[in-house]
Amino acid sequence: MANEPATVEALEPPDLDGKPPQHVAVAGLEHDAEKAESRRGFLIGLPSYVYLVLFFALPLAIVVVYSFATRSASGLTVLGDWNLRSYGRLTDDLVLLITWRSFWIATVTTVICLVIAYPFAYYIATRAPRVRALLLVLVMIPFWSNFLVRTYAWRLLLSTDGPFVRILEFIGFSDVRLLFTPTAVTLGLVYGYLPFMILPLYASLERLDHSLVEAARDLYASGWEAFRRVTWPLSRPGVIAGSILVFIPSFGAYVTPEILGGTGTTMLGSYIQRQFVGTASDWPFGSALSVTILFVMMIAATFYFRSGGKDL
Amino acid sequence: MMRRWMVAAVAVSLVLTACGREVGGDDPAAGDDTGSEDTTDDGEDGAASGVSCEVDEIDGDLLLYNWSEYMNPELIDLFEETYDVSVTEDFYTSNEALLAQIRAGGADFDVIVPSDYMVEIMIDEGILLELDQDAIPNSANVDELFATPPYDPDLAFSMPYQWGTTGIGLDLEAIGDDDPAASWAWLFDPDVAGALPGPVSILDDPREGMAAALYWLGYDPNTTDEGELEEAADVIAQARDWTATYTSDQYSELLLTGETVAGHGYSGNFIDNFFGADDPDRYTYIIPEEGATIWTDNMAILQGASSPCTAHTFINFILDAENGAELTNWTYYASPNAAASEFIDEEITGDPTIYPSEEVEANLFFLENTGEAEILFTDLFTRAQG
Repeated sequence: MANEPATVEALEPPDLDGKPPQHVAVAGLEHDAEKAESRRGFLIGLPSYVYLVLFFALPLAIVVVYSFATRSASGLTVLGDWNLRSYGRLTDDLVLLITWRSFWIATVTTVICLVIAYPFAYYIATRAPRVRALLLVLVMIPFWSNFLVRTYAWRLLLSTDGPFVRILEFIGFSDVRLLFTPTAVTLGLVYGYLPFMILPLYASLERLDHSLVEAARDLYASGWEAFRRVTWPLSRPGVIAGSILVFIPSFGAYVTPEILGGTGTTMLGSYIQRQFVGTASDWPFGSALSVTILFVMMIAATFYFRSGGKDL
Repeated sequence: MMRRWMVAAVAVSLVLTACGREVGGDDPAAGDDTGSEDTTDDGEDGAASGVSCEVDEIDGDLLLYNWSEYMNPELIDLFEETYDVSVTEDFYTSNEALLAQIRAGGADFDVIVPSDYMVEIMIDEGILLELDQDAIPNSANVDELFATPPYDPDLAFSMPYQWGTTGIGLDLEAIGDDDPAASWAWLFDPDVAGALPGPVSILDDPREGMAAALYWLGYDPNTTDEGELEEAADVIAQARDWTATYTSDQYSELLLTGETVAGHGYSGNFIDNFFGADDPDRYTYIIPEEGATIWTDNMAILQGASSPCTAHTFINFILDAENGAELTNWTYYASPNAAASEFIDEEITGDPTIYPSEEVEANLFFLENTGEAEILFTDLFTRAQG
């Protein structure tokens, strides 16, 4: 605390009265000020660091450790006899099949969300401020009720005598089954994660300087050209952030496929759950699956962010 | 950029130090697990873990942890009056939730009521107190069918509470058959199940799902023969064409709402739900003749229970002939108490879906822990689900 006064002085404009700056002394003061500043920053950030260590780093470390443990014959996890056996099972046909299905469903979900969200976010961003606020509240209203409850509501909507099937049958389709299909799972995921696509897209489209689009049009760019060359590149940070926010939770989805899925819809989340709860009780394998997914996701996300430019 | 790398470095070093400590065995998580390993050995030796109680001894109030809607409140009142103690009952919804709570050390209960396979897991983990058989003279009332169950062969740690079967619930109106055959064909035969007007549901449980297919093929539900298990998985995979979904908690609702016309599920849940349906006669529960799974829920006492002797007295109280009958007359689940039969309502004992005939009873199997093969069951079932 001894250098507290020095900090205050340094923050005030130095009273030099046109004299040549005394380089050495000022540099020293600046250095102290920076140090104090960074210490204060650390203190302000401390709760977050503690939170991250307690609720992220430590649990993650335990998962990593368990992934090298052994499952005993009776289904207990033996911490000891460390080995890589669980990682060896990651290339099983079944794991690859379920991974591929999760990847596919998550990709379709992300693309559908993007296609729906982009025009919607653009529409919101170009409204008058008051309307904008109202529309954003509407986007967020679903968060006011529980995700599980809303997913069960979809079960009713998609059921055999529910409105969706009725409408499809009215149009002329016969013998439609929606509930418990991959379509139902994708629909549920799109519904659940659409706001996560709209909000970052809105944020980047709202910042977009529309005079740039006007300039492009003035220089005889067609509407499409102006979008492709100006709007789209400028909104890419939003596209990337939104895609990641939708893809990652969809890839590891558990609740939606459990409730809306049936045959041919097992995704990674359910497969991992089955390793922990139930008779398989293979915690090391479940941990190995989780760790691998986490690291693959981290690497992929890093590359994706990098490719999105430095604006993020 | 620099800042970001520093955070990453901190995270990595944390993970590393955690690992280092883990191997050393100082980590609390590691400590816990080795601890339970040790108690397992104690449990199996049965040496230090038991307590000694007198018949009808009371050493404090009773905390009972049970499934909901599973205890006749009048029995609780009677127990409280007779022994001048207070009973607090709390409820759980799944065996796994119960185990997780006990493992985490958050279950301060005397008596719990886990299902058969969970009793075995809990014995293995050293969670259960070895019973003082002398304090439970009414254990002589236990039906011989339940006297030597595979999960606790000498009833050293548990006493059966109620039992039931795993079979099929059917919507008679939809299948157009008033007297349906008791067969797994309703789920697996392409000519029967494939021709139904609606889909079926199968339990989302690798052991129960595979067992159903194994019964249908005429195999032992506890087989560890890879060839037989793969055949069973093929049966389930083939049934995908007419299977709506795999569920362990919604099969009755799906049947009652017409989403399915046949469902694989537990006797008690079906019978309860049919009872509350608009038209109870429209539905029935069958126990397939090819073989079916029998399950029990069992009273057990936790290690470290604060009133172990009251707990013994309570178990003895429930195993009394008349009290056991009062329980079944209230829950509509079958009683493992042979002496209770004469006091149970005829409406219940005469119902073959609750009390199956001797022939059917001879064809009921407990699902046993198959050790390493559990992984095979899980993977084959997951693959069969598609």
